[in-house]
Order: sequence, then structure tokens, then C-alpha cells
Amino acid sequence: MEFFNGKPALALLVVSLVKIAVLLFVLMTALAYLTWFERKVVAHIQSRWGPYYVGAHGLLQPLADGVKFLFKEDVTPPTADKFVYILAPFMALALALTAIALIPFGPPTLTLLGQPIFVVANVSISLVFLFAITSIGVYGVALAGWSSNSKYPLLGGVRSSAQMISYEVSMTLSVVGVLLLARSFGFNEIIANQAGSIINWHVFTLNGFPQIIGFLCYMTAAVAETNRVPFDLPEAETELVAGFHTEYSAFKFAMFFMAEYANMITVSCLATILFFGGWLSPFPDSWTWQNYLPAAGLLLIAAYCAYDVVVYMKGIARLQLSVVTLLAAVGGIVCLIPAVHPYIIGVFWFVAKLFVFMFFYVIVRGTLPRFRYDQLMSFGWKFLLPVSLANLVVTAFFIILRRG
Amino acid sequence: MIPFILFFLLAFVAVGAAVALIVAREPIHSALSLILVMISLAVLYLLLGAEFISAVQIIVYAGAIMVLFVFVIMLLNAGVEERTDFSKLAKWVGPILAFFMIVELGVWLSRSAIGRVVATGSPESYTPASTVGLSRMIFQQYLLPFEATSILILIAIIGALVLAKKGE
Amino acid sequence: MNFSVIPISYYLVLSAVLFGLGLLAFVFKRNIITIFMAIELMLNAVNLAFVAFARAHNQLDGLVFVFFVIVVAACEAAVGLAIVISVYVNRQTLNIERINLLKF
Repeated sequence: MEFFNGKPALALLVVSLVKIAVLLFVLMTALAYLTWFERKVVAHIQSRWGPYYVGAHGLLQPLADGVKFLFKEDVTPPTADKFVYILAPFMALALALTAIALIPFGPPTLTLLGQPIFVVANVSISLVFLFAITSIGVYGVALAGWSSNSKYPLLGGVRSSAQMISYEVSMTLSVVGVLLLARSFGFNEIIANQAGSIINWHVFTLNGFPQIIGFLCYMTAAVAETNRVPFDLPEAETELVAGFHTEYSAFKFAMFFMAEYANMITVSCLATILFFGGWLSPFPDSWTWQNYLPAAGLLLIAAYCAYDVVVYMKGIARLQLSVVTLLAAVGGIVCLIPAVHPYIIGVFWFVAKLFVFMFFYVIVRGTLPRFRYDQLMSFGWKFLLPVSLANLVVTAFFIILRRG
Repeated sequence: MIPFILFFLLAFVAVGAAVALIVAREPIHSALSLILVMISLAVLYLLLGAEFISAVQIIVYAGAIMVLFVFVIMLLNAGVEERTDFSKLAKWVGPILAFFMIVELGVWLSRSAIGRVVATGSPESYTPASTVGLSRMIFQQYLLPFEATSILILIAIIGALVLAKKGE
Repeated sequence: MNFSVIPISYYLVLSAVLFGLGLLAFVFKRNIITIFMAIELMLNAVNLAFVAFARAHNQLDGLVFVFFVIVVAACEAAVGLAIVISVYVNRQTLNIERINLLKF
């Protein structure tokens, strides 16, 4: 470690590369299992089982899907504009993954070689930069639709990108209330403004104006921005074949798929940070028993899987599930050590809140019908935008009232 | 050393993309090159310490104005540019003469009074321009241009709506 | 990493080169939309010069001006593209050499 003493640039480079590698690995696995999670939950809403055959509880299904995507034949429409056709999915995925580099998963005070270990890019203007990255993400969709040189993708692409830029305005405006409360663009300052317990979070705070309307506006605009149900007309199967990614096959389609889920994760991370306190815990810091919650959670998962192995599973599923049980048990025992607690607790609360948001996304997908396109656009411009503006004005009024 | 590498890399990308804008045969490739220029300029603004302006450049210029351009190109189906014939001599000699003129202008400027002031001084400290100071200036000192710009935006919206309506 | 070792004149030369390239594109291209994009390139080059000067004199006025230039460029692009669409609907061509009648 003394090798890095006089070379801050080299330390920054090495630590950043390690963080990027770890984050990419964790993120790719999380994306794959998010598809599994979605299929399972939607299936259970529709009174059926999701994937359960490929591994124990269908846990190896994402692996099978990945192998399928890798080995499928890559068909390129002959009249497509080659350069743009190949650029579009790469652009979509690269931008979606870049946005996650700005997200803090834990307190910035825990450092390694002088660099915070839970943020890949610790900048002072994270919020507005994240919006910049999501605004370029529109191009992935528009160019994909255009370069396929076919009617349905073009229509789907144009509609989808028009929807994205419309809801981007409301999304950005509904966040300005939080900016007024936190008086800074950086994520670390916004989270530090919510320190305390659950009553200090921006969505419930009484020091200003509780941003409940802002949060609801933001969540609606975020669902529309990521092209998810009920706003997914441009990529619906029944209306537009498959929208802007009709002509894409195999790996490029998988890239669009991953980009959509990565966008979902990004906007949920942003909602967590801005409105729900990020990696802060809802309980006051004086309640020290909360440090054992990660261990309790992991041991509970291990216990449930052990019960499944003994009672229900047959054959090779027993082996697979017992591996999962072993991993969860080892993780739970490691989390019992008090020295690990400061490192684990931030990430645990962040991931727990993210999980709630993912669950919300998937439940909404399973239950709501989709909007028609003109209903979608009029909702975005005629309802959501005025409500975001009103939220901004009311928040500013109450802040001046309380803070003088 | 690293700032110089970054600067020259970004300058190379920006100039390369601008040349690609001139050389491209399809308007959509020109539009993509212009987006690349804007993004590299945004990173150059970061090197100059203007963080908020770089984010505004990406959000507004690269993320909204260029989307408008790409939409219009897609909807009007602007195809390959037709090559109308103008003199081949002008095509080859023109850029060379322009290059010499630019070099001559650059040399003359850097030896003039204003050039000497600008070219020799490096700014003292690199403190990023504060967004709070910028917004104070916009809302206190430059309030009139700000209000005038908002009226301009309203006029532009009305104008675009009127122009885009099909004739009655 | 000290970014102030780069002299401001480097940025100004880059701005001049980009402006010149935009001017070249404006003169040589035939498609209206490409000409429009050349105008935007020139505006961007000017923005870079403004930000460079704001850093050189350590004042924020240059950044305020950049802000306003970006906003005005947005309005101009919106109205200009609406005009381009009207021209296309009327003449069915985007080649400026064919749109040379003041009165139709």
C-alpha cells in the first residue's frame, strides 16, 4: 500500500478499475436474476408457476437464456444502415451501464487508498450528470428504430423516443423539489441531508415540504421513461410486432433487453437516493440491534432453502439448492462479525429499498393494462408536467416559510 | 501531463467528428458526428471547470436539440446528398487555401496585443465554477435577459406550432 | 491533477478550427438540414471560446452568456426545423439549389 503513497493518480486508476470490475460483475448477475424475478412474480400474479424446471426454482433459467442469446443466428436486414444498426444497441447498453457508475451504494467515508469504495465516480454534480446520461439514452431507441429500415420499427422507435423526451421533462422537474431541500447536486450531500431516521427522508420530511407528490410524479415519469408497462405501447407485442427492436436478433436484442433493465435499476436507485435516504437506515442510529439485520436476513434465506432441500426437492435440484443454502449460511455467519458491520449495513439498506422498487415495477407490469399512445402523451404533457411545476412552487413556498 | 493528453484526445475527437460532418454522405451520419462534437465539447467544459454548463450542454444541446434534428431527418427521410457539380478546382484548392488563411490568422492573432494577453497567462487556480454563483448571476444581474429568453421560448413554441399545422 | 496548466490559447485555437470547419460545411453542403447542423457547430465553437475566456478572467459572466446562447440555439433550431418541414412539404426536396424561387 505504500507503493501508492506519492501517486494519487495511479491509486485512483487502480481502485477505480477494481470497483468497475466488481460493479459490472454484480450488475450483470443482478440483471440476469431480475429477469428471473420478473417472470416468477408475474407468473404468480397470473396463478401459474414461472420457470421452475431449469434449476431449483428455475434459478438457472437466466443462464439458459444467456446461452440461447449467444448461440442464436444474428440476422441483419440487408437494406439496413450497417453502422447505425450496430451502434444503437451498444449505445443503449453503454449509457445504461455508465449511469450506474454515479450511484453511491454506501457511505463515502469508507475508503481504500484514499478513494471511496462504494462509489465509482464521486463527483459533486452527480444528479444533473445522471440526467444528462439518461437524455442521451433516447438515441439508442430512435436510431434502432430508424436503422432497421422497416415500417414497424420506425414507428415504434419514433413513438418511443417521443415518449421518452416528453416524460424526461416531468422527471427532471419533479426532482427540483428535492434539490431545493438539499441545496446541492451531489448525491452524498443529498443523502447527508436525510440523515436521522425515516422521518428525515425527503419524502416524509417536515423540515420543508414532504415530497410525496414529487415522488409519485417522479415514479410515474420514470416508469414511462424506461418504457415499461403501462407505458410500453411502443414495444408491445400485440400492437407493433415488437416495436423498435423487431429486426434485432440474438445478442443485440439481449443488449436492448439488458439496457431496459439497467435503466430500471438506475431510476430506482435515483428514487432511493433522492426520496428515501439512499443507504441510510430507517431506524435511528442509536438502535444498534439493526446491525444484525443483514445476518438475520441471510440466515432466514438459508433456513428456508434448507427446509426446501429436505422436504420438497428431488434429484439434482437438491444439489443446486443446497449450494445456495451453503452460500447463504456462510454469508449470514460472516455478517455476524461486528467488524464487517459498517461495510455491510449501507449496502444492505440500499439493496433492500431497491428490491422494494423492483417489486413495485414487476407488480405494476403484472396488473395494469397499457395506455394508448395519445392518452400517454396527453397524460405526460397535460397532467404530469403541471403537477410537477405545482409541486415545485409549493415546495419553494414552504421552504421560504420555514427557513425564513 | 495527463491534462495535456486529455485535452489533445478530446480536441482530436472534436475536430475528427467535425470533419466527418463535412465528409458524410448521409445526413444521419452528420447528425451523429455533431452529437460526438457536442459531447467532446462538454468534456472540454469540464476541463475548464464549468461543470454545470457541461451538464446543460449535454442535456439541452445533445439530448434535446439533436434529438429534434434526428427526428426531422428520420421523418423527412432525407436520403443521400445529391452531388451537384461545381468546379473540381475549387474542391481541391479551396480547403488548402483556407488552411493557409487560418494559419496566417492564427499567427497574426497570437502576435497581436490581445493575443499576447490571452496566450501567455494561465489561470491561477482551478476552482470549479460554482452553480450557486452562476444562478445568483442569472437571477440577479442578468434577470432581464432571462425574462426576455423565456418570452423568446414562448414565441418559438407558438411559431413552431403555427408552422407545423397543416394548412386549413 | 492540475488542469490549469493548459494555456487558454489552446482552447481558442480549437474553437477557431471548429468554427472554420462549421463554415466549410455551411458553404459546401447541399442539404438544408446539414447546413443547419453546421450552424449549430459554429454556435458550439463560440460557446467554447466563451467558456475559455470565462476561465481566463475567472469570472462567471461568460458562463451566463453560454447558458443564454444554448437556450437561443434551442429556440432557433425548433423554429428553423419547422420551417424546413414546411419547405419540404411544399417543394418535396431538401436540396437548397432547387429552392431558389422567391415566388412560387
